[in-house]
Amino acid sequence: MRLSPDGQRNRWRDPSKQEHNEGKDVSNNAVIYISVCVVLSAVSFFLDREKTIAGFKKGWNMFKNVLPPFLNILVLVSLLIYLIPPSVISQYLGAGSGVLGFSIAALVGSITLIPGFISYPIAAGLIQQGASYAVVATFMTTLMMVGVVTLPLEIKYFGRRVAITRNVLNFIAAVIIGLVVGLVL
Amino acid sequence: MKNNFQRIRPYIWLMIFAVFILFSFVFQFQPGKTVTTTFKNSIIEMITFIPFLFIIVGLFDVWVPKERIERHIGQESGVKGIVLVILLAMLQAGPLYGAFPVAYMLYKKGASIRNIFIYLGAFSSLKIPMLGIEIGYLGIEFSLARTLVSLPLFIGIGYLMEWYLKEKHFKVNALE
Repeated sequence: MRLSPDGQRNRWRDPSKQEHNEGKDVSNNAVIYISVCVVLSAVSFFLDREKTIAGFKKGWNMFKNVLPPFLNILVLVSLLIYLIPPSVISQYLGAGSGVLGFSIAALVGSITLIPGFISYPIAAGLIQQGASYAVVATFMTTLMMVGVVTLPLEIKYFGRRVAITRNVLNFIAAVIIGLVVGLVL
Repeated sequence: MKNNFQRIRPYIWLMIFAVFILFSFVFQFQPGKTVTTTFKNSIIEMITFIPFLFIIVGLFDVWVPKERIERHIGQESGVKGIVLVILLAMLQAGPLYGAFPVAYMLYKKGASIRNIFIYLGAFSSLKIPMLGIEIGYLGIEFSLARTLVSLPLFIGIGYLMEWYLKEKHFKVNALE
């Protein structure tokens, strides 16, 4: 999620943070992923041509499946970046938001059921708009580890007591992870 | 008719958005053009690494034999057992509720309570496709920090659950 080149919308920006964002630049990502991909493909192709093609097909199919929801979320994030001013994001989810920011992140993360791959563009957009790493990490970890919506299903598999205990423990762990990640970054 | 609708449904928002872009450029609607620029940049960002990530995941899928790991689950105990379930979890994809049937399979194969919950923990936060996307969007420092803090915590949860359920006739139910 990068800022628009004209930069008009991005009134608020911490210079140090911007530098940090530029560090994991588009081209940087591309270089790493493409080189790993090329090296692995070459080794794989050398070892077994058919297996490699089967792998390509699998990967391509997975990509095709995630593409429509992914594009939809990119549309949504682009609109929200325009509509929600960074000042609002940093007020409620920024470094100074304190307990409120964590509570919002943990609550939304626990309750909603957003597929992981879709949640990352949202997380990156939030950070770009001034949310703190700790708050975003809490949102991501609760999203991954706690499932309120899927709790009925989980109860069917493990029973009420076990499912609830697992979710409570995971909630505590997720908040700890968010706090520590925020301290480290 | 309904079938047709089902087929285009994933693309409806994109079509509306395309019309919006067209409108913005024809009528020089500045906010629309700004949103388009942001969208264009995020598409470029996405297209430069996600397809390659999925090819890597596809190659992993054909080379790392999940079935062979599964065969050893339940027989191995101690650290080796933990490493095996974490490895198996990392090779999966999809949402957490997709892990419950696998948890049942692990239970049937005789995996310990501890390892079943370590599997769920690893599944929720260490899946390779997910890590790849996370690194791309939030940076390697973020992923590394999150992973290193998560790992001991969900292994701890595994031990805690085992201790808590020791005398409580824990079982995983199959859903038909």
